[in-house]
Amino acid sequence: MSLDTASVLDVDPVLDNPRTRIVVCCGSGGVGKTTTAAALGVRAAERGRKVVVLTIDPARRLAQSMGIDELDNVPRRVPGIDSSAGGELHAMMLDMKRTFDEIVEAHADKERARAILENPFYQSLSAGFAGTQEYMAMEKLGQLRARDEWDLIVVDTPPSRSALDFLDAPGRLGSFLDGKFIKVLMAPAKIGGRAGMKFLGVGMSVMSGPLNKLMGAQLLRDVQTFVAAMDTMFGGFRTRADATYRLLQAPGTAFLVVAAPERDALREAAYFIERLAAERMPLAGLVLNRVHGSEAARLPADRALAAAEALLDGSLGAPGEVLATAPMETSENLDCGGIVDRDSGQAASRTVDAPGTDAPTVPSTPESGLPQPAPSGGSTAQDFTAQDSTARLTAGLLRLHAERMRVLARERRTRDRFTALHPEVAVAEVAALPGDVHDLAGLRAIGERLACQAAGSTTADDTAAGKVPEARAGTTG
Amino acid sequence: MSRLHVVSGKGGTGKTTVAAALALALAAEGKRTLLVEVEGRQGIAQLFETESLPYEERKIAVAPGGGGEVHALAIDAERALLDYLQMFYKLGSAGRALKKLGAIDFATTIAPGLRDVLLTGKACEAVRRKDRTGRYVYDHVVMDAPPTGRITRFLNVNDEVAGLARIGPIHNQAQAVMRVLKSPETAVHFVTLLEEMPVQETVDGIAELRAAGLPVGGVVINMVRPEILDETAVEIAANGRRAAVAHTLAHALEGTGFGGARHAGLAEQLVDPLVAQAREHTERLALEHRGRTEISGLGLPTYELELLGDGVDLAGLYRMARELRKQGVSE
Repeated sequence: MSLDTASVLDVDPVLDNPRTRIVVCCGSGGVGKTTTAAALGVRAAERGRKVVVLTIDPARRLAQSMGIDELDNVPRRVPGIDSSAGGELHAMMLDMKRTFDEIVEAHADKERARAILENPFYQSLSAGFAGTQEYMAMEKLGQLRARDEWDLIVVDTPPSRSALDFLDAPGRLGSFLDGKFIKVLMAPAKIGGRAGMKFLGVGMSVMSGPLNKLMGAQLLRDVQTFVAAMDTMFGGFRTRADATYRLLQAPGTAFLVVAAPERDALREAAYFIERLAAERMPLAGLVLNRVHGSEAARLPADRALAAAEALLDGSLGAPGEVLATAPMETSENLDCGGIVDRDSGQAASRTVDAPGTDAPTVPSTPESGLPQPAPSGGSTAQDFTAQDSTARLTAGLLRLHAERMRVLARERRTRDRFTALHPEVAVAEVAALPGDVHDLAGLRAIGERLACQAAGSTTADDTAAGKVPEARAGTTG
Repeated sequence: MSRLHVVSGKGGTGKTTVAAALALALAAEGKRTLLVEVEGRQGIAQLFETESLPYEERKIAVAPGGGGEVHALAIDAERALLDYLQMFYKLGSAGRALKKLGAIDFATTIAPGLRDVLLTGKACEAVRRKDRTGRYVYDHVVMDAPPTGRITRFLNVNDEVAGLARIGPIHNQAQAVMRVLKSPETAVHFVTLLEEMPVQETVDGIAELRAAGLPVGGVVINMVRPEILDETAVEIAANGRRAAVAHTLAHALEGTGFGGARHAGLAEQLVDPLVAQAREHTERLALEHRGRTEISGLGLPTYELELLGDGVDLAGLYRMARELRKQGVSE
């Protein structure tokens, strides 16, 4: 199906190509963007490139795994990287206030810089209100690139309310700086309230009243002072904003859109991909994180569930007898509440589950989710217990498998919808891990999964095609 | 009980879905709720399978059990600002002049915090709005708020702005909004998964909210998976009783019409992958157990919603709302 037609994203050539200078990881929140950026950094460094990873607000343990638990805006060398190929890894966390302050200090004379840094309006602006993080991330990227100390910059994008905000940031700043509003704002401060009002013309006479009314005289004064003090820097801001934007369009940049195989995340991803195309920004492909697979994919969910039920209700006769109640279709549209509902009292017991009660030592307790069927005659009590618990054990394995297969089917549908809309986008899938990543070994493993697509992507294919997956088991990674 | 419910959570935890389910749950028994979106994603419209929401309150659903109604509003910062100007300052033409100059762009995208002031302000206005008879127009307002990392700053923005603009209408407006947000009328709820990062962010987010003096509501644990097998059981299946399990599996598969299972040795080949999946399951359970312990240490009302394996559709949303009610969210 469409999976066969979708092209596979091979990240190694992107990372290895000396002409690739910037990799931007973007996508909606909670899809593993920062982890992907870090894993790509580790992989590129161990393949011989001199890399810096710019992260924005990483989870604490991920930051620690790269040795950057300090938020000091300075790239630091990450220890523990295999440098036998000649590469190294540096990492830093964005401190947006520090970045903003540095711009002010670098571009204004001492007195003016102090006036700006002490302005209350500036202090709020730089401390991270809506938008500042996006501006500063782009500013930092421009700075790192200008230093030309690294072969490759891997940048993680801010967790914006919209994943696109960082793209808009330079342009928005530019259009604001070119706007008339700023001139109106600056006019009274320049004139200093002297008899200059008549020079302001109609614009200001309409404006000064409402602005004063709305903002209050003191806030308006703060804003005006700020704008006036920033005046000399505006040209520089605009130039750099434009330069950063062009940098993002340059062939040396590769955008990777990161998503999880869920409806909302992929919808954002699709939106992003369209937007990148409209801006003529170079897209390398889509990284699909947390994809589930199964080595037992040829056993469909409904079969597994039917077998589990037969084992539990004791209706299974001699081998060969077919259960009339078992669903025979191969469709996977099982009601998701089905498993739980059919499971005597299980849903109720779980919602009140207190911590500590969910680790029973005997597999046959109700907490393990296995209902206990009433004993029937025919064998000794001990005999029965062994058989009975084996039946329930096997039923448990089958139910878990059915659940896994349903997740797989849903992910596949979501992914197929995306592929149908964007067949041109190369995709790399990364298998789901049970836990979070918090050390270099974990990041290395993610990088490996990301790069080795031939083995990793087979699981979903096998599901639909009913192929035998065992042969591939050993080839992964 | 609180009337403004602010729903936050790390990205990917199902914040919008839970907010919608909460709005449905609170609308039962003839109540009327307003579900507010502030991030311009049109997630609510997609969830309720309707066209994009305009900047206008409209009925989008009838509560389970009948009688109650859910209304929805996607707040647009620019429109909200023009509304304010119109409402408070009668700035018809001056408002347009401001827009032409780029002042509205400035105010909603660049001016520190003004955008967030407008968004929270609009929600608070809906909370306080009364009809002619003096009754509240909405019994509850549920806000699909920014994610955990930004929620305290988002809600606290009015304090900061009130400090920036020390007098004047912006100051007064910011203070009025802050009074609602810091009162028991408001409750900030967190949506989390039983995974390490979301749990950690929830714990951090709650500490931040408390430090800022903002009222914390409850924690909704979303996408909880059923516990099917525990570690001991899986190890028994893998070792002591592996042969018996293989035999039982072959029998069960044949018994339910998966023909030839025994002949092809299929059951035997399936045991190891099935056990491997079960091991991942128990590994996950152990992580979930640690997450639950941390959440329960917060001492907050906690609600659990199970994973809807096929994704959330409208029916799933109503099921989540029923479940929230059953667990006492509207008490």
